[in-house]
Amino acid sequence: MKKISLLLVVVLLVAVFATGCGGTKEAATDKVIKIGVFEPLTGENGGGGKQEVDGMTYANTVKPTATINGEEYKIELVVSDNQSDKTVAVTAANYLIDQGVVAVLGSYGSGVSIAAGEVFAGAKIPAMAASATNPQVTNTNDWYYRVCFLDPFQGTVVANYAVQNGAKTAAVITQLGDDYSTGLGNFFMDAFKKLTNNEDSIVATQTFQQNQADFNAILQNVKAANPDVLFAPSSITTAPLIIKQARALGITCPIMGGDTWENVSIIENAGKDAEGIILSTFFDAGLADSSKVAKDFVDGFSKAYYTPVPAVSALGYDAYMVMIDAIERAGATDGPSIQAALNATNGFEGVTGSITFDKFGDAQKNMAVIKTVKDGQFVFVKAVTIK
Amino acid sequence: MDASTFFQNCVTGISLGSAYALIAIGYTMVYGILRLINFAHGDIFMMAGYFTIFAIVDFHMPWYIAIIFVIIATVLLGVAIERAAYKPLRESPRMSIMISAIGVSFLLENSATYLFSGLPRAFPELGFLQKVYHIGDISAPIVTFITPVVTIVILIALIYLVNHTKTGMAMRAASKDFEAAKLMGIEINHIITITFVIGCSLAAISAILYFSPRPMVYPFSGLMPGLKCFVAAVIGGIGNIPGAVVGGFIIGIAETFLVASFPSLSGYSDAFTFVLLIIMLLFRPTGLLGEKIAEKV
Repeated sequence: MKKISLLLVVVLLVAVFATGCGGTKEAATDKVIKIGVFEPLTGENGGGGKQEVDGMTYANTVKPTATINGEEYKIELVVSDNQSDKTVAVTAANYLIDQGVVAVLGSYGSGVSIAAGEVFAGAKIPAMAASATNPQVTNTNDWYYRVCFLDPFQGTVVANYAVQNGAKTAAVITQLGDDYSTGLGNFFMDAFKKLTNNEDSIVATQTFQQNQADFNAILQNVKAANPDVLFAPSSITTAPLIIKQARALGITCPIMGGDTWENVSIIENAGKDAEGIILSTFFDAGLADSSKVAKDFVDGFSKAYYTPVPAVSALGYDAYMVMIDAIERAGATDGPSIQAALNATNGFEGVTGSITFDKFGDAQKNMAVIKTVKDGQFVFVKAVTIK
Repeated sequence: MDASTFFQNCVTGISLGSAYALIAIGYTMVYGILRLINFAHGDIFMMAGYFTIFAIVDFHMPWYIAIIFVIIATVLLGVAIERAAYKPLRESPRMSIMISAIGVSFLLENSATYLFSGLPRAFPELGFLQKVYHIGDISAPIVTFITPVVTIVILIALIYLVNHTKTGMAMRAASKDFEAAKLMGIEINHIITITFVIGCSLAAISAILYFSPRPMVYPFSGLMPGLKCFVAAVIGGIGNIPGAVVGGFIIGIAETFLVASFPSLSGYSDAFTFVLLIIMLLFRPTGLLGEKIAEKV
């Protein structure tokens, strides 16, 4: 027994060292620039983060080099997993800086982006969020940019859609301590109250903890309030649990979510209960015909990866392209030059629309897509433009 | 709160409580015999969730065979852990074996992250368990109604086993005085193995009942239920089997009604469980059904 234990310990130690050493890479040649990919690959947002990284990796195959001052540089993506965790996020961000990246892309999930924002700002490295929609990501941070729309806009779009479809009361479920969920929930409530002209139109607000699995008690409160719609912005992990348990409890009203919900895993996990859920998102492949950039992306990405093309992959692609474009225009790889070039970005043609950054570093987007689930597929409902 | 809401909350709370009770029994039995708080128990429960996914999704077993497979696999895992991590430390101070248990807990969580990825996996439907059933205004999956029944049946069987069989007598002897039981010719290792077999099979059954209405498993799934059931065991009086069931019910029902009565506190239901633990330890450290024993030092 003792010998076996000893052997086991030795094997484990060797394994630890082997994996530890596997991470290091040989010194980079001088013709390479490194771009950090700051995304969750594990944890509650792992599924969405992976799709966003796929968009960036695909962009890297489309445009593998950047020309800076007439010299061609190879672009290397350095991926760092922030594990959907605000504490790990800071470590993951520091890792990227240690690796010598000149710019950062990501993250999926606003909370981790806000947590790591100061690290990037402190190191004067520009960061480009692809699908982080909370205003705080960029508002107080001159080094953070984003290519997607913001939650105040998204909340208004969803509330608008609900009211147009006859909803007079709504219940809202958000995740305690999650900037994305809480923020979007609040913006939805504000817009909904304004649109219905009724301060009491939100009949129930409930919160839950990260990694909670049982929603019966809070859903029972929702059921007792009998709302016309239930808005539950939440992660891909949580959403199927809420949807399934709500339907099992006999809640029949439409269930609505935000951009995170556009993920096949929700349909796979919630099964037939996912039918009829409503969500807002950034992009629809069906709209791609109007733009050559979008059409090329949808064709290329579907061939190289999978269909349907997730909106976050399109945003990941745009984040990469707009960043490389800025680096080329800057003619240098130091932070301040790239920052200046990003600020000067004007009408960059991306897959998800034209990109111009405002004084906060937010791409000015005014179009969102409403989708639903029908026969186990995401189906386009309408595109909403708000000026 | 109107009547139907009240009854719906009762159904939810009792069902959650019974799932907790099954896990708490595992804690309490191991503590009764070994004086060890098996911190890996919650993670064994999580592994049972993964075993069910493998059995049904990856190996395409019919659900009734899958249940048997899951119980056997979980028991093997639990007994292997006992042999490898606890048995060699039996003569060491009690603290060493407890730290070893914490180590096993981390090992299981991190191996699961490494082997099955950190992404959550959907828990499959087992036969009729997830079919939604309506009684008047109350509606819930069938498994919600079955869980308390299973728990009560298991509780009765365990009480019979402990009080009316030879093995049960040996268990009681071992929990009273480990050394004396050994001297009286009781195969102590055999009794410990049986304890782990029972504890782990209950964890497996509980995993099936717990994950069916909450169909998502990831490597840290066992963390919160594990901690809460440990609290349940302490509240009921650790070492006492009916006590663990009572503790499980108290936590499940209290948690549900806290959220129902104070909707604004819905995010703090976990914190409430631990406040309950602190109050219990302050005013009745031996638990509701626990006996006062002078600690031998």
